[in-house]
Amino acid sequence: MPGPHEIAADRPFAWKAFFFQWEWILLLVFLAIQVMNFHLSPYYLDLAHLREEAADLAWWPWLTSLIPAVLANWADVTISFLDKSFIVFPMAFIIIMAEIDISVGSTVALSAVLMGLSYKAGLSMPLAMVVALAVGSVCGFINGLILVKYRELAPMIVTLATMIIYRGIALILLEDQAVGKFPAWFQNICWGYLGPVPIMLLAFCVTALVFGIILHRTTFGRQVYAIGSNPVASLFSGVPVARIRVTAYTLAGLMSGVTAIFLTSRMGSTRPNVATGYELDVIAMVVLGGVSTAGGRGRIIGTVISVFTIGFLRYGLGLRNISAEYLLIIIGLLLIFAVMLPNLRPLYTSWYSARHPRRQ
Amino acid sequence: MPQGTEKNPLDKESSSFLAKVSRFRETGLFLFILVVMLLTHLKNPNFFSLENLDDLLTNTAILSILALGMMLVIITRGIDLSLGSTLALSGMITALTVSSYPTLHPLLAIALGTLIGIVCGSLVGLGVAVFGVLPIIASLGMMYVYRGLTYIVSGRRWVNASQMPESFKAIATTRLFDIRLYIFIAIVFYLAFYYFTNYTRTGRRIYAVGSNPDSAAITGIKTWRFIWLVYAIMGGLSGFCGVLWVSKFASAQGDTASGYEMNVIAACVLGGVNIMGGSGRVGGVLLGAVLLGTLNNALPMVNMSVFWQNAIQGSIILVAILVNAQVKRNVDRGNLLRRHI
Repeated sequence: MPGPHEIAADRPFAWKAFFFQWEWILLLVFLAIQVMNFHLSPYYLDLAHLREEAADLAWWPWLTSLIPAVLANWADVTISFLDKSFIVFPMAFIIIMAEIDISVGSTVALSAVLMGLSYKAGLSMPLAMVVALAVGSVCGFINGLILVKYRELAPMIVTLATMIIYRGIALILLEDQAVGKFPAWFQNICWGYLGPVPIMLLAFCVTALVFGIILHRTTFGRQVYAIGSNPVASLFSGVPVARIRVTAYTLAGLMSGVTAIFLTSRMGSTRPNVATGYELDVIAMVVLGGVSTAGGRGRIIGTVISVFTIGFLRYGLGLRNISAEYLLIIIGLLLIFAVMLPNLRPLYTSWYSARHPRRQ
Repeated sequence: MPQGTEKNPLDKESSSFLAKVSRFRETGLFLFILVVMLLTHLKNPNFFSLENLDDLLTNTAILSILALGMMLVIITRGIDLSLGSTLALSGMITALTVSSYPTLHPLLAIALGTLIGIVCGSLVGLGVAVFGVLPIIASLGMMYVYRGLTYIVSGRRWVNASQMPESFKAIATTRLFDIRLYIFIAIVFYLAFYYFTNYTRTGRRIYAVGSNPDSAAITGIKTWRFIWLVYAIMGGLSGFCGVLWVSKFASAQGDTASGYEMNVIAACVLGGVNIMGGSGRVGGVLLGAVLLGTLNNALPMVNMSVFWQNAIQGSIILVAILVNAQVKRNVDRGNLLRRHI
C-alpha cells in the first residue's frame, strides 16, 4: 500500500497541459483588448501625447521614458473599474464550492448606507469604515448561518431572499435620500496614490495575493476545492464543511463592505440603490475567469485576469464612445462561450461516434 | 391526482399536525393571503372594493403568467435570469413596430412579441440543453445580450404613449364582462397550464426530467428536447408579457423590467416550487404570485411607506422558505421513525 507521500507526489510538468489552460486564452483576449484600445483611440494611455513630447529623442531613451509613463497611465485606468472587483475573490471561493451568493450587491448598499449614517451620527470616519466592514461581515455571516443550519436549502434562494431584505433595510433607513459630505481625505481612498501606484490597485493586488495564498497554499483552500468536488465525501472525510461555508460567505460580506468603502469614496455620497446588479457582474467576472459553476475548479489568477479584461474592455469602448450596450452583448457572449468551450470537445466526440459507430 | 402528494395509506393514523400542514401547503398559503387581505381591509375598507380587486388582479396578471414559465424551468432544475431582458426586448421591438405601422392589428403585435420571445428563449435553451452550459450562466449571458440589444434597437430612446396607436394601448384597457382582459388572459393561461402539466404526456415528462434526469434518459425520454422546450416556453411567455407590459404602461424603455426575474423566482419559491427540480404545482404558483401582488397592493393602502415594501417582501419569502424547510424536516423525521417501528 502506498503511503500518503507517494500519493501526493508532484505531478510531472507537462508542456501541453501547461499551455492548454483557460488563463492563457484569457490573457490573449486581454492583450487583444489592449491592442484594440490603442487602435480605437489615440487618447488611450495618452500615447499620442507622449510620442509628441519625446519626438526628438532617439528610440532607446524614448522607450525608457515611455514605459514608466505608460505603466502609470495604465494604473490610472484601473481606478475606473476596480471598486467592485474585491468581491470577486470570495465569490470565486463560493462558486468553487458549487454555490452562489446573489446578495452581495445589496450588502454593498446596506454597508454603504450604514457607513454614511454612522458618520452623520457623529462617528469618526475611520470608525464609520469599520462599521461598513462589520455590517458587510454580519450580512455574509447571516447568509452562511442560514445555509449551514438548513443544508437542504439552495444558496440561490436563500441569498435571493436576503438580497431583497438587505436592500429593503437600506431603503427603510435612507428612503430616497443620499448621505454624503464625508471628510476630504476620504475620497483619496479611491482617487489617491501611494507613490506612483493608485491605492485601490495596491489594495486589489494585496487582496488578490492574500486570497490566492488562502486558496492555493492552505488547508482551508484545499478543503474549499474538496467541498466543491464532493460535499458529502468531504463531510465524511472530516472536512469542517459548515465552518468553511460560513467563513466563505462571511468573507463575501466583508469584501462587499470593502467595495462599499471604495464605491462611496469614489462617488462622494451614497444612496440605497447603489450597486444594483453588482452580484451578476461579479459572477460574470468569476465565471469568465475560468471558475466552474459546477464546482471544484478555478483559480485566483484567472479571475484577476478576467477583472482586468472586462475593465479595460469597458474603458476602451467608453473612450471610443461605443456605448455600454455593446459591452453588455460582448460580455454576455464571452461568458457563454467561456463556459461552452470545454463542453464542445466531448459533444463533438459523442456526435462523431454516434455517426461512425466503431466495429466491435 | 396532482404530482408528488400520493397519500401513503399508512400515514392516516399517525399523521401529525405538521404533516398535514405540509401536505396542504397551498391551503396555508391561501389562509395567509386571506389574513393579509383581512388585516388590510380592517385598516382600509376600500380594499375589498371591486375596483381595488380589479386593480390587484390586473397588476398580478403579468407576474403570474411569467411565474408559470419559470415554474417549468425550475422543475427541470434550471433557472432563467434572462426573462426581464427578453420581456424588454420584445416589448421594445413591438412598441417600435406599432409606432411605425399604427394600423397593425393588436393581435399581430402580440404574435410578433411572442415570436421574439420564443426565439430569445430558444437561444437560452440551446445553450442549456445542447451545449451543456449551466442554466444560471446561459441565462445570465443572454440576459446581458438581450438587454444590450434592447438599448441598441431603441437607440436609447423611449417609446412613449403618444407614439403608440390607440388600438395597441386598448389591449390593456379592454374589458370583457366588466373585468379586464389581462385577468382573463391569466385565467386562460392557468387553465391551460394546469391541463398541460397534469394531463399531457409532455407535461408529465417535464416532471420526469426534473426529478431524475438520468432515469428519464434511460426510460427513453430525450431529456434535451424537454429542457429546450421549457426555455422556449419561458421565452414565449416573456415575449407575450412584454407586449402586455408595454401596452399597460404605455411606454417602452431600455431598462423595462430590469430585475423583474427576481420577483418571478420569488413567486415560484413562495408557491412551493422546489429549486432542486421535479416538483411544483400550478395552484401553488398562482398563490405565490397573488401573495406578492397582494402585498404590493396592500402596503400602500395601509399607509405603509413604499420604502418598507422590499424588507417586508423579503422577510416573508425568507420566513416561508425556512418554515417550509422546518416542516419538511419534521415530516421526514416522522416518516423515518415510523419505518423503524
